[in-house]
Amino acid sequence: MTASHTSRQTVATEGDEAPADPGHPVGSSAPDEAAATARTDVITRGRSAAADDVEQQSQRLRARDLRLSYGEQVVVDGLDLDVVDGTITGVIGPNGCGKSTLLRALGRLMRPDRGSVLLDGGRIHKMSSKEVARTLGLLPQSPAAPEGLSVADLVARGRHPHQAWYRQWSSRDETAVAEALAMTGITELAERAVDELSGGQRQRAWLSMALAQGTDLLLLDEPTTYLDLSHQVDVLDLIGRLHDEIGRTVVMVLHDLNLAARYVDRLVAMKDGAVVAEGRPHEVLTEELLADVFELRARVIADPVVGTPMVVPVGGRRTGGSA
Amino acid sequence: MTGVLDTAKGNGERVTVPTRAPLRLGPVSGVLRLRPLLVLLGGLVVLLVGFTCNLALGEYPITPLGVLRTLVGGGDGGARIVIMQLRLPRSLTGLLVGAALGLAGALMQAVIRNPLASPDLLGITSGAGAAATAVIVLGGTLGSVSGLIASVGLPVVALLGGVLSGLLLHLLAYRSGVDSFRLVLVGVGVNALAVNTTLWLLTLDNVQQAGRAMVWLTGSLNARGWENAVPVGLALAVLVPVVLVGAHALGALQFDDDTMRGLGVRVTFSRSVFLLAAAVLASLATAAAGPIAFVALATPQIALRLSGTARPPLLASMVLGATLVLGADVISRTAFGTLELPVGVITAVLGAPYLIYLLVHRYREVRT
Repeated sequence: MTASHTSRQTVATEGDEAPADPGHPVGSSAPDEAAATARTDVITRGRSAAADDVEQQSQRLRARDLRLSYGEQVVVDGLDLDVVDGTITGVIGPNGCGKSTLLRALGRLMRPDRGSVLLDGGRIHKMSSKEVARTLGLLPQSPAAPEGLSVADLVARGRHPHQAWYRQWSSRDETAVAEALAMTGITELAERAVDELSGGQRQRAWLSMALAQGTDLLLLDEPTTYLDLSHQVDVLDLIGRLHDEIGRTVVMVLHDLNLAARYVDRLVAMKDGAVVAEGRPHEVLTEELLADVFELRARVIADPVVGTPMVVPVGGRRTGGSA
Repeated sequence: MTGVLDTAKGNGERVTVPTRAPLRLGPVSGVLRLRPLLVLLGGLVVLLVGFTCNLALGEYPITPLGVLRTLVGGGDGGARIVIMQLRLPRSLTGLLVGAALGLAGALMQAVIRNPLASPDLLGITSGAGAAATAVIVLGGTLGSVSGLIASVGLPVVALLGGVLSGLLLHLLAYRSGVDSFRLVLVGVGVNALAVNTTLWLLTLDNVQQAGRAMVWLTGSLNARGWENAVPVGLALAVLVPVVLVGAHALGALQFDDDTMRGLGVRVTFSRSVFLLAAAVLASLATAAAGPIAFVALATPQIALRLSGTARPPLLASMVLGATLVLGADVISRTAFGTLELPVGVITAVLGAPYLIYLLVHRYREVRT
């Protein structure tokens, strides 16, 4: 079992951006699915899926019975999660519910007290850091780059897990970086320093670095924080394209519920360190859930543009009553 | 825009990334950066000139041609003695000490991501200095510092002192991760502790010993022989290849911890290795020539500004460090007639205004 995962992973990283097929919006190609089904047969044992389509899908990244804490403070306890391949999953929940902590654990940034995160069936904390970094990329909430670092050098750093001390700029690295720059539309900014860019441009540069890393899985912690609405939409459109055009599996923490509903395939709602609901946006974003998870009285109507659920808070002002 | 990531690969279209011209030979590949390369080559030329000057100038001047002739085995007897026994070991010690300090500073500043993080400001150098002072002062009561103690004892003790200061620094500054600002603050404290220990040691013994320790403590290349050059030379011979192989990881160590881990960097391990290498280099340099001030602080930043890179370039920092120490030695030996100033005084006079500039500049940045 382990051997087959390893070989599969090698194929994925060696091929880099190869399996992209614009004709298939949901990116997993046929052999992928075959291999994945074979794997799920062995690994899945007695797990009742939260949404009906999970059983048919494959999941390379899973969390089992996770307990996460910072010192004495337990943030997440007994959490199970399956990240469905080839989807964009949005994690929502009130402040302090543990969604960023969960993302950090999924990305091997913190060690669980109990339970484990499984990547291709292997415990992620037993794997080498470079091995993980070739399969799974992550972008923290507020990443920091040194003063004066150019955009080209930042994006090129995404190739780190594919490099060695004597092989620091192979033609494959160069191709991946040029394409990542082009895809995020920042080729013209390549020579500029990252600290000179505007917020939206900077976020594109960081996404470009994560893209150049060439991983099948991407974890993004609030990729739209500190951006104005038009740049939020801009960044989310870009993430949508990473998924549609090159079949990346994306997990991201989002604060804006309406944008989340619009841009993700699956939503995971968290409260007090546990998953309360998961499924398609219209299944998860209900008035009951908003009352329960966010303690928010709100109406959920259809988004007038594409029909995804849209949250309209009732609030106190002008409604004639208290919320 | 559709499918950029595969179309470019498919039709064999040549893609390039601005500012990152490739340099490839078989499995070996890297980025060719012209400006840092020119800075390095230019630095080497200046270093060579400085080295020759230091061999040629002095109370007994020798022409550059004479220096060259002596080095390859010719020259008259007087020149041979002056160069081979006095000036060459002294200049080599200066060159190696400067290179070690430049590299130590570049490593610490790169890893801690703060231009104020250098072994002389964070107490590594003074830790080594305190330990060495203990040997000079206390060892003096057992016999003068020469022979075995000078060549083996002093470097080993200084190494212990410097590495211990580094460990103390790490221990006090570590709170589930190292914050660069806290590290600098704690470093200032560790430095004060080491400096005061040194002062206390100086009061313990007779004036003669204390006087000799004082000269050593300002950083001097006076009467340095082969026994001083060898330990630093060995440390450089071992650590430079290690550091150059690790330079790739060092390049990734410049982001926040989460980003670095996401790139597959073993953050704690790599950081510890580089800081340990920096502590060893700074301590052995201090053992050889005393705590020569500001070289480790200033040269990496000068090299960085000249090269136009985002982190201190390692080789250029070494070359500039060596050049600075040799240049300061030439000045200290020749500019004041018969009076010979310790080289550390010269580097301090050059370096202090730079430190003030750096503090003012950084302060302004934080405010805006």
